[in-house]
Amino acid sequence: MTAPFPFSAIVGQDDMKLAMILTAVEPGLGGVLVFGDRGTGKSTAVRALAALLPPIRMVAGSPVNAETPEDTPDWAAAPSDEIVERPTPVVDLPLGVTEDRVTGALDIERALTRGEKAFEPGLLARANRGYLYIDEVNLLEDHIVDLLLDVAQSGENVVEREGLSIRHAARFVLVGSGNPEEGELRPQLLDRFGLSVEVRSPTDIEQRIEVIRRRDAYESDTDAFMTRWQAEDSVIRKAILAARQGLRGVITPDEILRDCATLCTAIGADGLRGELTLLRAGRALAAYHGEAALERSHLRAVGPLALCHRLRRDPLDEAGSATRITRAMDEVWG
Amino acid sequence: MSRESPAWARALRALTLLAIDPEGLRGLTLRARAGPVRQVFETALARLAGPARRIHPDLSDTQLFGGADIAATLARGKLVRAPGLADHPARLVLTMAERTRPGLAARLAQLLDSSPGHALVLLDEGIEAEEAAPITLTERLALYVSLEGIHHAAAKPLLPAPADLATARARLAMIRHAPGDIATLAVLAQSFGIDSLRAPLLALRAARANAAFLGQDEVTPDDLRLAAELVYPSRATQMPQEPEQQEQSPPEEPQDQAQASSDLPDIPDDILVDAIAALLPPALLDQLSQTRPNRGAATGSGAGQRRKALQRGRPLPARPGTPDGRARIDIIATLRAAAPWQGARRAARPEAKGLIIHPGDIHLRRYEDRSDRLLIFAVDASGSAAMARLAEAKGAVELLLAQAYARRDRVAMIAFRGTTADVILAPTRALAQAKRQLAGLPGGGGTPLASALEATLALARQAQGQGLSPAIAFLTDARANITLDGQGDRTQAAEDTKRLAGLLRAQGLPAIVIDTAMRPGPAPAQLAADMGARHLPLPRADARMISTAVTAALGD
Repeated sequence: MTAPFPFSAIVGQDDMKLAMILTAVEPGLGGVLVFGDRGTGKSTAVRALAALLPPIRMVAGSPVNAETPEDTPDWAAAPSDEIVERPTPVVDLPLGVTEDRVTGALDIERALTRGEKAFEPGLLARANRGYLYIDEVNLLEDHIVDLLLDVAQSGENVVEREGLSIRHAARFVLVGSGNPEEGELRPQLLDRFGLSVEVRSPTDIEQRIEVIRRRDAYESDTDAFMTRWQAEDSVIRKAILAARQGLRGVITPDEILRDCATLCTAIGADGLRGELTLLRAGRALAAYHGEAALERSHLRAVGPLALCHRLRRDPLDEAGSATRITRAMDEVWG
Repeated sequence: MSRESPAWARALRALTLLAIDPEGLRGLTLRARAGPVRQVFETALARLAGPARRIHPDLSDTQLFGGADIAATLARGKLVRAPGLADHPARLVLTMAERTRPGLAARLAQLLDSSPGHALVLLDEGIEAEEAAPITLTERLALYVSLEGIHHAAAKPLLPAPADLATARARLAMIRHAPGDIATLAVLAQSFGIDSLRAPLLALRAARANAAFLGQDEVTPDDLRLAAELVYPSRATQMPQEPEQQEQSPPEEPQDQAQASSDLPDIPDDILVDAIAALLPPALLDQLSQTRPNRGAATGSGAGQRRKALQRGRPLPARPGTPDGRARIDIIATLRAAAPWQGARRAARPEAKGLIIHPGDIHLRRYEDRSDRLLIFAVDASGSAAMARLAEAKGAVELLLAQAYARRDRVAMIAFRGTTADVILAPTRALAQAKRQLAGLPGGGGTPLASALEATLALARQAQGQGLSPAIAFLTDARANITLDGQGDRTQAAEDTKRLAGLLRAQGLPAIVIDTAMRPGPAPAQLAADMGARHLPLPRADARMISTAVTAALGD
């Protein structure tokens, strides 16, 4: 397995990178949805981010990547005491996956060979404390998406089937990507994703050339390329770790809460998820910048990410939804 | 070699390059119908070194990623794992690639992304333009070969000797390329409207492989040309702009910048552009005015839709097979298959208790998944149309209704006149009601075409959500004069119409525009093009002719 492309070496796509960093700082944000053209580095960015993050410490052989032996669920084999370091898991969810494979199910192999009723953990267990990446999320079957979002929000996977009753922790950051030309997501689902980003192929020829140049350098001499970008990557890593520490300490002034509320009312977002995500994302950004208090500038930066998928559809407004958010922010906050 | 064919030489070169750098080029898409030329090509393909496996579009996860070997596990009484294709890097040859479902395509794409040892060869036998291997895969594979127009006599499986290929492979890492080469390929890709950045990267790898093959130390312009010829034509979405157009069009900035920083070529060499342009599939020019075909949406084969469409799934005879997590075991059929053998099996294993079932007995349930079709009629009852052909249109719809009845289709009807479009009949099988509604449909007023499109779109989406496959028939003269918000403004109305038609096209539904205009004009044809629909001009037709035409256009 070769080393993933370094995160800091990704050219442009600043919104996507910012959104990913924010979820690394605050995993509770509720995932990222990346919609855009093919070959824009969506999956590269997810893998790069996971590689950038520090390894997690987990019980050796734990099916749910448990942090301590006590966290290991009782259905799994007796936990060993050995603690190992593993890279942050990134689990790919293939299209056409069955519910069994996602949630886990009766272990047919053991049922057949030993006549035992045992639980075979699914992809959700493997993704615990890491990332769950779904390419072409808009082609995924609805019931699977429902299930994923449900688990992603509760942080727990409950399986009640085939005479099994199993629960285990499943806290992961959901990253969905897709191409809007191939179908859209239902608004109910859109709303469940915390942040959403639209990516486009860069049109600036210089930028395109730079992308190809770096990718080529990476492919022809991976080691040298990794060394070259190590320093930049570690700057981001340190900032993320520091931000995780500082996140709880970020002060939220009352007028900022009011700002969130007025903005969400102005754009007519349903429910309160918009405000909450805006607030959390803003705090994560403030922590990432190492600042002590949340300010309007932070909200401005994350507003489009947190809100652009919560707008009512307007088939006639061709200005991208991000533009509409920016416009609303200018109107409301002056 | 009496009959040299450049197309065949290019096809062979593509194979050679794939043999030299399978990791970098990732694979090849072959688009050709079965025939002697393809046979020769496959012979050549089979001669390439390295392990190769043939796979088919119904490949199960167990075969691909490995899993328990059920037969061996049952026989030995302990878990035996069978390795999957993913465990052994190989050249995977996918036959009938045009029938690949999105699920398998996504898995294979994942496999290609995660394991550099695999290469994929797609054998695409599609006939129609829409019938093609999934873009998810073709986009990741560098090379594209079409065998169209190659004479059998020209096709000879002459590949370079394996030793030469091995030498070239060894040289590959040493090949250098000038810094400007990347720029050339990137500019070229952009001029053909190729958005993805994978294309220029893959082209660069192809150029390097070609340089290695020719024994050069660095990439020459000829290598670039060949690489571009092999990689770009299948991905092109537009013809490069003519120079004089470029002077007028505003986005000239990149060009200026390019000239300022001297190491970039301003415009790709004309020779390069011409070489690729000559290789573009002929249909591209026709498609350009519309857009590229929308995969997935075309027949509602999006992953979610097919299974949801099991509204009237009929059980089919059970079939022997191994449980792969997608199908359910048909217990009755399994027992029935095992029953006759119980005597013999018990004699062989007297110690066994209960039924003795072998893996070969296992039968799987199958259902026929066919979704109901919903025909949405949007009938223009405005003054302009009413005067002309409303009666005829009504007659046509009635005939279609009769056919729909025979096929147990559902119908829905939208009428638009005055300032609004109304769903006068929600999706129903009650065709008598449809007929009554239609007969009572009054005519007159403006033509709110945009509202009609909006209503159709909403209805079609709603129907898709319920697992129906909507098809749309628009009967109109396309003289839009009412805007979406009900104002009488011809220019704005035309703009609204165009946008909504674009949205409708994005859904990729089968659609037809039946031109009921008194005199032929460009508007209905334009509407059809905007909607991605068929245009059916009927100068003076009788109802029966409309009905046959619709049946043919919307397919069965």
